[in-house]
Amino acid sequence: MKILTGNELKSGDVVWWTGYNWSRHVSDAIEVGDTVDQIIAREIAARTVSDCYTVDAERTDAGILPLHIKEKIRATGPTVRPDLKIAPPDPAAGNWVI
Amino acid sequence: MYKYDSFDQQMVDTRVEEFRDQVERRLAGKITEDQFKPLRLKNGLYLQLHAYMLRVAVPYGTLNSEQMRMLAHIARKYDRGYGHFTTRQNIQYNWIKLEDAPDILADLATVEMHAIQTSGNCIRNISSDQYAGAAADEVADPRPYAELLRQWSSFHPEFNYLPRKFKFAVIAADEDRAAMRLHDIGIQIVRNDAGEIGARYYAGGGMGRTPMIAPLIREFVPIGELVSYAEAILRVYNRYGRRDNKYKARIKILVHEMGAEKFIEEVEAEFVHLQGQNIDAPAAELERIIAHFEEPAFESGLSEDIDRTDPDFAVWLDQNVDAHKRPGYAIATISLKPAGGIPGDASSAQMDLMADLAEQFSFDECRVTHSQNIVLPHVRKADLYALWQKLDEAGLASPNLDLISDIIACPGLDYCSLANARSIPVAQKIAKRFADIDRQKELGELKLKISGCINACGHHHAGHIGILGVDRKGTENYQLLLGGSGAEDVSLAKITGPGFDEDGIVDAIETVTDVYVAQREDDERFVDTYRRLGMAPFKEALYG
Repeated sequence: MKILTGNELKSGDVVWWTGYNWSRHVSDAIEVGDTVDQIIAREIAARTVSDCYTVDAERTDAGILPLHIKEKIRATGPTVRPDLKIAPPDPAAGNWVI
Repeated sequence: MYKYDSFDQQMVDTRVEEFRDQVERRLAGKITEDQFKPLRLKNGLYLQLHAYMLRVAVPYGTLNSEQMRMLAHIARKYDRGYGHFTTRQNIQYNWIKLEDAPDILADLATVEMHAIQTSGNCIRNISSDQYAGAAADEVADPRPYAELLRQWSSFHPEFNYLPRKFKFAVIAADEDRAAMRLHDIGIQIVRNDAGEIGARYYAGGGMGRTPMIAPLIREFVPIGELVSYAEAILRVYNRYGRRDNKYKARIKILVHEMGAEKFIEEVEAEFVHLQGQNIDAPAAELERIIAHFEEPAFESGLSEDIDRTDPDFAVWLDQNVDAHKRPGYAIATISLKPAGGIPGDASSAQMDLMADLAEQFSFDECRVTHSQNIVLPHVRKADLYALWQKLDEAGLASPNLDLISDIIACPGLDYCSLANARSIPVAQKIAKRFADIDRQKELGELKLKISGCINACGHHHAGHIGILGVDRKGTENYQLLLGGSGAEDVSLAKITGPGFDEDGIVDAIETVTDVYVAQREDDERFVDTYRRLGMAPFKEALYG
C-alpha cells in the first residue's frame, strides 16, 4: 500500500495525509489511491506542505507503518534521541528499527 | 581574531534582510519551492529527514565566547536545546522552523556569524588547523590567509555556480591536523629558503564516492599572490569541470582525468594571464587582516609545573592536552565523545559552559575541530586542573582524544535524508565496547571514522579504521575499511571484504584490534601495523 507524506512548509515537520488533512503521526495515515496527484497538487498550491511523495507502507496491529527503515526513522524521530521521538500508539515502537 | 569591518557587517546584514524577504514570499506563495530551494540552500538551510536543518559557518573553526554563547542561544530558543559540530568545523541545527530562519540569521549577524555558502556549488567555509596560533610547529598562523580567502570567495560572482561544491583547507605546519590533502584545494603556508612566506598548493583531493589525495600543484606561491593562484585554479576548474554528471563534477575528477601535469599547465597559463589584473589584495590589506590575529597577551615566567596528584586529571592531561608554543601554556581539547554519547553533539548548557571556560581560561577563544571536538587553544598550565574540574562536572572531560572512542561520525540515517544507514548508534556501541580507558590507551592512537553513506561526511576513507554504512536490500549493512589517514601520512582506506550487520561491525572492530595487539611491534600505531602487514592477517581474522 502507498501512503502520502510531506513536510509542513512553515515548520518543516514530517506530516502524513489522513484523508482530509495532515498529521504528525504516521498511524493516522491512510492508503492513498489514484487521486494522489490531485491531492499533492492541491496541498502544494495551498502552501501547507512541500516535498510531497508516496511511500510503501504496511498495515500492522499498531496501525500503518512505512516499510523502509529511512521512512520509519523519518516517521518517528532519531533512534538515538528517545526524548525527541514522536510517540506512536504502539508500545513496541522503539523496536521498529533497532 | 578577525573582527568584521563595516563592509563585512553590511554584507551579512543585507543578506539577512534579503533572505527574510525570500522567506516571506515563499510563505505567501509568491515563489514556488523549486524557486525557493536554491535560495535557502545558499543560506545553509536544508530540508532534512525530520525538519529544516541550518548549517552555520564557523570560519576556520574559530569562535569567541560571545559567538559560542550565541550558538547556545539559538539551540535553546529556536531548536531543541542542542547542536551538532561537524567535520567541516561548522555547527548544524536539526529542528529549525522556516519561519524562524530569518530571525536566527539576524541573531547570528549580531556576533559576526552567518550561514552563507554553507551549501550550494560554491566555495564553502574554509577549514584550518584547530591549533592555529598555538602550535609550536607552525611557520605562521594560517588563519589570516584563510580569512583573506574567505573574503575573496564570499559572493564571488564567478565562483557562485561552480560545477560542484568546493572546499579549501589552510594549514601552516608539517603536521596536518585538518585533512588538508583531502580537500578540493589544500594550502600549506610555508617558508622558502630565503625565509619568505608563501603557499604550497595542492588541488584535486576529496572524499565522497571517489576518494582522491590531492597532488602537489605548486611548491611555492608568494604570499602576495595567494588569491590569484587560487583564482587560476578555480578558473580552470570552472572552465573544464564537468557539469553533465554531478558524480563526476568535483575538481578531483578533472585533475584525475586531465592528469596532474596537464592540469598544472592550465593553471600556470591562467596564473600568467591573471598577472597584473590586481586580483590580489594589497599588502596593506593582508597586514590589516594579520593584525586581527595578533597573539593574545601571553604572560612570561609562568610555571611549567602541573600537579598530577588527581589520577583522573592525570589521565586527561596526558591524553587531551598538547604542547603550546609558549612556555607555561597548553592546548586543551574538550572531547564531545563521552562513552555512549553522540559524537559532536553539545547541549546549550554545554556550549554556554565552553564559552565561559574559553573566556576564563583561553583568552576568549575556542576552536571547532574537524574531529568534532572543541579546543581551548591557550590555557595556562597552572589553570589546567581547575579547567578539568569544571569539564568533569559537566561530563565534558572524556580523556579520549585520538583514541578509539574519539569517533568521527556523520549524522547518518538518524538525521540525514541522503544517508543509507545509521552512523551514531554504531559509534555509540563501539565506544561502549571499548569504554575502558586503559584498554583504549593500550590500543594507542586509533582514528575511527563512520559515514552513513558514500558521500563520506564521516571521513571513513581517512580512518585508520573506517566504516561505511550501506543499504543492502532495505537493511543497514556496514563495510569495514582499514589503513586510511587524513594526517600528513595521508592515505585512503581499503575495504576488507563483505560487510557486517550493526552488531557484527562492532565485533569486527574488536577482531581487527585484536590482530593489531597481537602483531604490533614496538610503538607501532594501528595504522603502522596495517601498513607493515597489509590486509591479509586482518582479513583472515575477519573472514577465515
